[in-house]
Amino acid sequence: MFLMEWLVAIACMAFGAVVMWDSLRVGAGWAFDGPQAGYFPFYVGLLICASSVVTLVQVVLRRIGRRDRLFATWEQLWRVSEVLIPSMVYVLAIPWLGIYVPTALFIAWFMWRIGKYGAAKILPAALGVPVLTFLTFEVWFKLPLPKGPVESLIGY
Amino acid sequence: MHAHLRLARPALQAALAIFCSFTALLLSGQALADWQPQKTVEFIIPAGTGGGADQMARMIQGIVAKHSLMGQSIVVINKAGGAGAEGFLDVKADKGNPHKIIITLSNLFTTPLATGVPFNWRDLTPVAMLALDEFVLWVPADRPYQSAKQYLDAVKAAGPRKFKMGGTGSKQEDQIITVAVEKSAGVKFIYVPFKGGGEVATQLVGKHVDSTVNNPIEAVAQWRGGKLRPLCVFDTARLPVTEKMTKTMAWSDIPTCRESGLDMDYRMLRGIFMPAGVTQEHVDFYIGLFRKVRETDEWKTFMKNGAFNTTFMTGDEYRTWVEREEQRHRELMAEAGFLAK
Amino acid sequence: MESFQLLFHGFATVVQPFNLMVMVVGIVLGIIIGVLPGLGGANGVAILLPLTFTMSPTSAIIMLSCIYWGALFGGAITSVLFNIPGEPWSVATTFDGYPMAQHGQASEALTAAFTSSFVGALFAVLVITFVAPLVAAFALEFGPAEFFAVQFLAFASFIGLGRGSPFKTLTAMMIGFALAAVGLDTVTGSLRMTFGSTELLRGFGFLIAVIGLFGISEILQTMEESLTLKGKDAKINLKVVLQTWKALPRYWVTFIRSVVVGCWMGITPAGATPASFMSYGLAKRFSKEGDQFGQGKIEGVVAPETAAHAAGTSALLPMITLGIPGSPTAAVLLSGLLIWGLQPGPLLFLEQKEFVWSLIASMYLGNVVGLLIVLTTVPWMAAILRIPFSIIGPVILVFCAIGAYTVNNAAVDIIFMMMFGVIGYVLKKLDYPLAPLVLALVLGDMAEASFRQAMLMSQGALAIFWSNPLVSSISGLGLLMLFWPALTWARERLRGLVAPRPAPTKPA
Repeated sequence: MFLMEWLVAIACMAFGAVVMWDSLRVGAGWAFDGPQAGYFPFYVGLLICASSVVTLVQVVLRRIGRRDRLFATWEQLWRVSEVLIPSMVYVLAIPWLGIYVPTALFIAWFMWRIGKYGAAKILPAALGVPVLTFLTFEVWFKLPLPKGPVESLIGY
Repeated sequence: MHAHLRLARPALQAALAIFCSFTALLLSGQALADWQPQKTVEFIIPAGTGGGADQMARMIQGIVAKHSLMGQSIVVINKAGGAGAEGFLDVKADKGNPHKIIITLSNLFTTPLATGVPFNWRDLTPVAMLALDEFVLWVPADRPYQSAKQYLDAVKAAGPRKFKMGGTGSKQEDQIITVAVEKSAGVKFIYVPFKGGGEVATQLVGKHVDSTVNNPIEAVAQWRGGKLRPLCVFDTARLPVTEKMTKTMAWSDIPTCRESGLDMDYRMLRGIFMPAGVTQEHVDFYIGLFRKVRETDEWKTFMKNGAFNTTFMTGDEYRTWVEREEQRHRELMAEAGFLAK
Repeated sequence: MESFQLLFHGFATVVQPFNLMVMVVGIVLGIIIGVLPGLGGANGVAILLPLTFTMSPTSAIIMLSCIYWGALFGGAITSVLFNIPGEPWSVATTFDGYPMAQHGQASEALTAAFTSSFVGALFAVLVITFVAPLVAAFALEFGPAEFFAVQFLAFASFIGLGRGSPFKTLTAMMIGFALAAVGLDTVTGSLRMTFGSTELLRGFGFLIAVIGLFGISEILQTMEESLTLKGKDAKINLKVVLQTWKALPRYWVTFIRSVVVGCWMGITPAGATPASFMSYGLAKRFSKEGDQFGQGKIEGVVAPETAAHAAGTSALLPMITLGIPGSPTAAVLLSGLLIWGLQPGPLLFLEQKEFVWSLIASMYLGNVVGLLIVLTTVPWMAAILRIPFSIIGPVILVFCAIGAYTVNNAAVDIIFMMMFGVIGYVLKKLDYPLAPLVLALVLGDMAEASFRQAMLMSQGALAIFWSNPLVSSISGLGLLMLFWPALTWARERLRGLVAPRPAPTKPA
């Protein structure tokens, strides 16, 4: 827990610092006709850094004489990663493969791995969702979703 | 028999060969003239929903669907990020795709110049100029100024940074016009940028700003409602629409800014571009399509309501026009100090 | 009364079979658009605009406005069921709607949300019908200074409510502001925090952040707990609707307050999203059981939904009377008028009587029909929760991804959404409150632009926020709201009633 608190507070500080740095680039002063483009972001960045420092100090102070609590058990983290990792893969695949094929694979994988379903249940869901999506968005709403090589093959 | 056949064969072969090549020629000729989209055409708008470019694109989408001008349908996609840079970059990246077109605002020139985002109209294939959007100098109707001259004299008399000019965006067409007016009349406004043309007109009606350079279509409702008064139009000639819009005035009654002693003019391109690397037959198809769109009554009414300049250009003429306009924007923006460092 | 006559004439037009059909189709499409996260009212209306090209202007506006009502109704559904706001103005609905669904009260939450939406819309339409010209003029009073004051007020009435570390609240809020600043700066036209990346040009979409922070992080948390993988019990019974209705009149004060906030924010036009946050904040502050908000209080659903729908509806008022858009959706409807060959503006009421009064009549009827449609779906919607997580989980994620994509038609936004999901999961576990972050993200951009526009106008003088009675009273109200927690605290302390202060951070 303390480790996570530290990491997050430090990450926030880094983020705040980046914000401040970029704000100085565009000008963070108060011109005669009001604040410049970086004025507000600069102080926003400063406040992020300052409040993160306080949080950090609080964490250190609280740590003295106390036992740490777990952020999450390994088992919990494992279960989260079971969703997170395939989701990440899914999301990263969309720009390359389009949305339809990864969707079918993702749903199938999820139902097989986590739900332990058989093919009789997996196949209709994994194929039905992309087809329904296709009909709703591309056909009905005329709203193109990302498409990859497979969709181009069937001429869409 | 044999001899006969032997004689006949080459002749037959030759005839066949001629026939084949002729058909091939014919077919390819047909293909050249008749390229049709094989799938849905994406129509990119480098601006948000509800704005002028969006309106025009959706109008075209509707007209094409209603009159079945094309075998496939058009889908409109807004890519407004970074003052339209997103839309242009998208088309730039999609080299050789004949199923993508983009409509332009002045941000075709202003965005890369002002932000340094790497794109240029030369990264695209010019298709056709659909129309030019006009700009008009507006003031609230209950202000005493009856002409651009009276107004600018008042601005001058008040001293620099007293009168407020509202406009859409920063370092874009409205501000460029404002700076050009300032240069020409020797005055200095406070330029207040807003997000969209509708908001600008509202701020003027509410008298939070003193004047705007709204497009006709953005302010026509308030003009007809007696809330706003047009002072001059930033074109070289008066607007052609003579139908009365208010009890006393038609678009054609608005004097040009040149008549009022402002040595400047400005119009905004509403043109169509395609990705680079497409063939001439692709371009020709879309030129034909837009010619048909222009013939419809809906389009004509739309043009009249918005008092558009209906110049249509294609090919080299269009290219030259765009080139000249780019140069002009570069000069205007350099003068105003708007170029990206 | 001439207007009554015209209104009845309008009703006569609307109940023509074709128009009725168009109305139902519009509402159903709207609900779908509202349910799909990302595909908002404005986008939805714009997408379907060309469909109306072949209709008469009257049928066309009925269809499009009904899509809008449908979207307003539909936004609440995914907020309550999955913690994923379908529309920006449904974010505040998640705060209590989702906990209610978690406690097996999904049907109650949905009924309350739909009914509140209806009440909000009904009052807004009454305002439009009877006092339109008076109120419309009010909209014109709002310049940048007034807008900033309103945004400040919305902000001030919402914050200062959180339990937990004030420093973490501050960090979260400031991160929201910083994210809001990414992209092109309206006022100077310069690029901020894009670091040369073309993908950052458009900035961080509010909906993308919210889908990630709320929706995806919830999926991750569900996996961690792994208790709810089997699906939940949800009563499937239309009786629940009636039972909920019985309980609702108790909250009449909340209803009235939310309607006022909503109509005001819709007309000015600050928008439905600030209205929903402001209304939620006020309801929490003035409720006797304010500290129970966020754990599934029905009032916490009533307040934002009433305000959002009132704002969404009254945003059409300036459009009809002045020809100025009160919301992005109204802007698209306005361009629709032009496409159908009508001239929007002050003369519309005189020149196109049938059109205007049919539109108003369709607002009444459309909302009634909409309410009936969504209420009948309540049991079915609640039944979705019974589907095991291992099936519905990936499907939710897929729709989140599609939603994130459709906001800007950008595939990278899906990746951003996922990143926000992980960030949301970690921050939530460490007790960083996410609501201030989201509020800052939605208001930050607008508030900064208004502030700087006001500064340009006054040439850097802050006195512009006190320059007329209107702006001073809103600014004053904002300050009062900002210091309200401190004031109540002081008052209680004076009375010696104060309980020992809770520790600044509660251990996670």
